[in-house]
Amino acid sequence: MIIDDSALERHNLTPDEYQRIVEMLGREPTITELGIFSVMWSEHCSYKSSRVHLKTLPTTGKRVLQGPGENAGAVDIGDGLAAVFKIESHNHPSFIEPYQGAATGVGGIIRDIFTMGARPIALLNSLRFGSLDDPLVRRTMSGVVAGIAGYGNSIGIPTVGGEIGFDESYSGNPLVNVFCLGISKADEIIKGTASGAGNPVYYVGAKTGRDGIHGATMASAEFDDKLEEKRPAVQVGDPFMEKLLLEACLEVMKTDALVGIQDMGAAGLTCSTCEMGSRGGAGVEIDVAHVPQRETGMTPYEIMLSESQERMLLVVKKGRESEVERIFEKWDLHAVHIGNVTTDGRMRVKHRGEVVADIPNPFLTDEAPVYRRPMQEPEYLKHAQQLSFAELGKPAAPRDVFRRLLASPGIASKRWVYRQYDHMVRTNTLVVPGMGAGVVRVKGTTRALAMSTDCNSRFVYLDPYHGAQLAVAEAARNVACAGALPIGATNCLNFGNPQKPDVMWQFARAVEGMGAACRALDVPITGGNVSLYNETDGRAVLPTPVIGVVGLIEHADRALRRAFRADGDVIVLLGESAPELGGSEYLHVMHGLIRGVPPALNLGREKSLQQLLVDAAEARVIESAHDCAEGGIAVTVAESCFDTALGATLDVPALSPLDDFSDIATLFGESASRVVVSVRPGNVDRLASLARAAGVSALQIGFVGGSRISIRIAGRSVIDELLADAEQVWSNAIGSYFEKQRVIA
Amino acid sequence: MKFAVVVFPGSNCDHDAYHAAKHVLGQDAELVWHKDADLRGADVVILPGGFAHGDYLRTGAIARFSPVMAEVQKFAAAGGPVLGICNGFQILLEAGLLPGAMLRNNVLQFRCEHVSVRVEQTDTPFTAACAPGQVLRIPIAHGEGNFYAEPDVLERLEQNRQVIFRYATAAGEVTAAANPNGSINNIAGICSEHRNVVGLMPHPERACELAVGSADGLVLFESVVNALSQGAFVTAR
Repeated sequence: MIIDDSALERHNLTPDEYQRIVEMLGREPTITELGIFSVMWSEHCSYKSSRVHLKTLPTTGKRVLQGPGENAGAVDIGDGLAAVFKIESHNHPSFIEPYQGAATGVGGIIRDIFTMGARPIALLNSLRFGSLDDPLVRRTMSGVVAGIAGYGNSIGIPTVGGEIGFDESYSGNPLVNVFCLGISKADEIIKGTASGAGNPVYYVGAKTGRDGIHGATMASAEFDDKLEEKRPAVQVGDPFMEKLLLEACLEVMKTDALVGIQDMGAAGLTCSTCEMGSRGGAGVEIDVAHVPQRETGMTPYEIMLSESQERMLLVVKKGRESEVERIFEKWDLHAVHIGNVTTDGRMRVKHRGEVVADIPNPFLTDEAPVYRRPMQEPEYLKHAQQLSFAELGKPAAPRDVFRRLLASPGIASKRWVYRQYDHMVRTNTLVVPGMGAGVVRVKGTTRALAMSTDCNSRFVYLDPYHGAQLAVAEAARNVACAGALPIGATNCLNFGNPQKPDVMWQFARAVEGMGAACRALDVPITGGNVSLYNETDGRAVLPTPVIGVVGLIEHADRALRRAFRADGDVIVLLGESAPELGGSEYLHVMHGLIRGVPPALNLGREKSLQQLLVDAAEARVIESAHDCAEGGIAVTVAESCFDTALGATLDVPALSPLDDFSDIATLFGESASRVVVSVRPGNVDRLASLARAAGVSALQIGFVGGSRISIRIAGRSVIDELLADAEQVWSNAIGSYFEKQRVIA
Repeated sequence: MKFAVVVFPGSNCDHDAYHAAKHVLGQDAELVWHKDADLRGADVVILPGGFAHGDYLRTGAIARFSPVMAEVQKFAAAGGPVLGICNGFQILLEAGLLPGAMLRNNVLQFRCEHVSVRVEQTDTPFTAACAPGQVLRIPIAHGEGNFYAEPDVLERLEQNRQVIFRYATAAGEVTAAANPNGSINNIAGICSEHRNVVGLMPHPERACELAVGSADGLVLFESVVNALSQGAFVTAR
């Protein structure tokens, strides 16, 4: 085969990159080698555009047991245990084939967790879709939700939370980010390492087919009108196979016969082989003829690049083979010996004994290209950051705004989604979806873990640096609202084409902001994933750096929900309000605008607020806590009423004037670092003194009770709705779009 | 008292049933692998929820051929109490230990949420400690829990008082709105003719501690412990 420009284009390699391959090898690559280079040097596997920026993130801390570089990160949670977690994207496949794309995203992240020797106990997902008015978007969303449900429910890992956002920019490029958390013994974390010359390399799991060839390369390119042709690059998931692998691998890990293990995810056998060798400073030699194949006539190229799901690569201690084989046999799985560890640091692939690829591991990993891509502040910012209230005209009545916001898919109840997810299996779920951060107890201890994924991409669009900081603050605050101390984070950075200087600028600024916030809030990032080229026909998604934060609750029985608990409890607003509407849900829903600057954030104050929440929960001083985010105080209080049959009566002070928008800003403004808590009347003084000591403003704004949501501003009634009416608007909004779908689709 | 919890490949509520029996109830419990034709001297057998064999072909259709099922059949025939939960119920149907079949939920989606079920009969080992008509708040989590039986089978089930649980409102009214999946006659659970084999779609093992939302399911396990300690049911040992 002649390697010409069109071959390079098909492999998403530039002529310069090809030249570098030839120089490194000192010869022309074989076609198998070209395929191997193309996937390992793809954006998805090499992080070539993002790596220089990611290096600036804080990744260490006293609890961090494993930072980036392994299959997942790990933090110490006491009692000799570790929480092992990571978030990953499956955006591109989920647009092409929503059900399988999302399902295999779930499968992939679960493998990353149990590969570390951890038993997965919780899933979250962070989803972004276009407008639900678009039938294609509804089809995509139904498929994604069904795919997540189909895989997670079957394998028996509860989906305990997450978030969903909507914006036109995601219409042709939805985001599907999946987070998984598992528990392992802190001193028994398993690495993806190949070492010990002569140790056998085993392949176990599903057979290799032609599905997913060049999946990693696809995920590193934009979509265009040739989308249909890319369908074969999406893999098909088999949760039953993965369940068997999960149980069998955890059983094998209890023996000490294992040297290392890695799943075959993006770039399949290629990635697992060279990364395991690279980490262990060893070489790996395999013969693809031994690889179990689903189809006949597969070439070494196809076998090496297949992304068939539910496959693992293991290195076993020599002499312990039969022990390992026996465990897999018990689960009706066949572990196949496909090669051995060598001392030469090379990835050598044979086909019936004939060498078809022979590449030093570092060429594919550490020495892969790294780009410091040009960056430029985007043109749109100057205009977008200007917010003129005069242009907006008179605002609608607060009552109407309130109802519109409750019905907005970004705010409305997500029950239509999460009732399709098994969120209770394993009987650890203390806080169910829709009630705040997901909280699971850790059986055998007194502790629980809270977790939340967040990103307000409008804020990031308007100011990538501060927007990313707000995302970190919100995720950590959500976890603190459950009474948990934030102890670690994982990120999934979804952006457009990094070869565009303005996209690269957004990326770099967001990573800088994220790093600064993580440092200030003491939540190191232990791993994650970057998804670039989220564009369709040249249009990028809103920059969406999703962050997942994990928090630790010392006493599981003190975990908090967002829901009010009792009639007569006092409602207190923690944190300070300012007249801010930039990037708000209000502007988006009522005016169709993403404008202004995001709310100001003081990271010191944020940290004090979070510590106060943790202390107050531990001391049992507060009954409920809910982060004040999209929709401001009015929506936050309403959400704390929903699912409780308890109303609320509020009287909030007026903010300083903001043209005609003072009431709107008071009710629906999204100032950062604010939380609505409820307190028993007898505990108000205790909360006040805790807040004073923490330097956090605590303002008594009302009472729980009655059958209405009544809000006054400085004594003047602005909203007075029957709880049942408001709740109905909020509950039915998302489901009603899908009832329409039956007619249209 | 010893509970055997059968583990099929793809079972995923096995640990939950084990946890309920062992740690919440404080009874002896053992996980039994489906290839083992030995119930380890158990007094009670639980077929747990999950997706045995991936639910491929048909829910429960492959699991019924597991070697352990012959032992479960013998145990049941000898009067031993057997509880099938969710997928375990589906396996009991396929194995012929209980009559009827499962269809896809009429909403065509998986459903996970707390529902109310009314206890219809208390003369089974798993409901003996319930009050007649007692309403239990326990979760469902299934995609195929739409119980169906041919008219003559249904008639027999009703006549013989084999319907043990029905979906109902919190106040105990059996209504269409309270039926989450389209099950005929709102049936959530049934028993065998000899009343010792009980299957239900809701998950009592997930509702054994208030911390996880409800402890209403515990009464099923307490019932069998009481019943056995009073010698009410002869075990197959």
